[in-house]
Amino acid sequence: MRVLPKQVDTLWTLFTAPVVWALHFLTCYIGAAIYCAKPDLFGVGFDAVRVGIAVATFLALGAISVSAWLAWRQWGFGTDDPPHDDPTRRDRILFQGFATLLLSGLSFVAVIYVALPALFVMECVR
Amino acid sequence: MDPAGEEAHQVLQLSVVLFCGAAAIWLGVVAALLYTARRRRKSLSEQSASRFILFGGAVLPSVTLAALLSYSLWLMPGLRPFGQAASAVLHVEVTGKQYWWHVVYRRSNGPVVVSANEIRLPVGQRVELTLASSDVIHSFWIPALGGKMDMIPGRTNRLSLLANKAGTFRGPCAEFCGTSHALMAFAVVTMEAQAFQEWLGTQARPSPRAADDGAALFLRHGCGACHAVAGIDARGTIGPDLSHLGSRLTLGAGSLPNTADAIARFITEPERIKPGVQMPSFAMLPQDDIRNIAAWLKDLE
Repeated sequence: MRVLPKQVDTLWTLFTAPVVWALHFLTCYIGAAIYCAKPDLFGVGFDAVRVGIAVATFLALGAISVSAWLAWRQWGFGTDDPPHDDPTRRDRILFQGFATLLLSGLSFVAVIYVALPALFVMECVR
Repeated sequence: MDPAGEEAHQVLQLSVVLFCGAAAIWLGVVAALLYTARRRRKSLSEQSASRFILFGGAVLPSVTLAALLSYSLWLMPGLRPFGQAASAVLHVEVTGKQYWWHVVYRRSNGPVVVSANEIRLPVGQRVELTLASSDVIHSFWIPALGGKMDMIPGRTNRLSLLANKAGTFRGPCAEFCGTSHALMAFAVVTMEAQAFQEWLGTQARPSPRAADDGAALFLRHGCGACHAVAGIDARGTIGPDLSHLGSRLTLGAGSLPNTADAIARFITEPERIKPGVQMPSFAMLPQDDIRNIAAWLKDLE
């Protein structure tokens, strides 16, 4: 039995990467905002927040990479060229795989950009 | 483009780098455009065209943007040096009001100095500014010294500035705040540390001319209900403190030159000079009284 089904015939996989991006965004921004509003609540330094953001970022990038790999596989590893616009089931699956792959790429870059401030900002107030 | 402070210098540096980065990208795009429109066209193979789109259209912009973003984020802690603000010897509280600036200087070793519509700062000493507003959102900006910071009712924002050149500059209100928003400005004078201390010393004492004849007229006509003048019984806080009005560079928050005639005009028709101003017209006072009050205010140095 396979853990990951060979063919994912649902539109939901298309949104996986952007959803991971959104969750990562919320985690970073809400986490940092709560910490900076009430630093005493947690009893840890701001560096712990930065490490937390780093961990969330690696988890998010990992999840997006898995989504990208699945999409690449669904797209047939690039054996067919776009635009995949024939009214067939095969083209529909290829199109979805290709679109998912592009969205994964976008989400990957966006997650890195969201996390970048944590690399340079060392205190809540500056 | 001629920074006189540490923060303004960094803002200029950031602008130059981002401008050059944008110019390089623009040149790249134009070069690609010319390449596609070249005369002797030979089409690319489908594979190299795809590769060109992938690298030129996705990878290169992402990497360039990441580099520019990293550079601006790297500058950010330096632009907001609040950590060092705690060690600042001088704290200046500025409150934005429609349409003027209330300024209070607090030192660890000296009395509090109240002023308005003019800010003086020592060269080479970090100063912490506490910014607030008592009515609507204003924005405090001294372009020659640093970036702008909003003044939000109910909130206290902090700004830290380090001037490194002596001079006279202008600061505008950078957030639309009402009819006379464009007439809400202040003069900024950066002075050598010694001269600044002396200036602050004179500001902490009432003006030597405070008790002159004009003071009686000023009090009799009720000006003291809104304006404070050190040394006489005028303690109003609704309008700007006038204790050393004569030594300020401008009148009416940067809207008029500071002369006795302009002061008389402001007393007579404030609404025409600054639409929406809270001060009512005092045109009904005898002309001689207005002139005497104006001359006395101009003498308050």
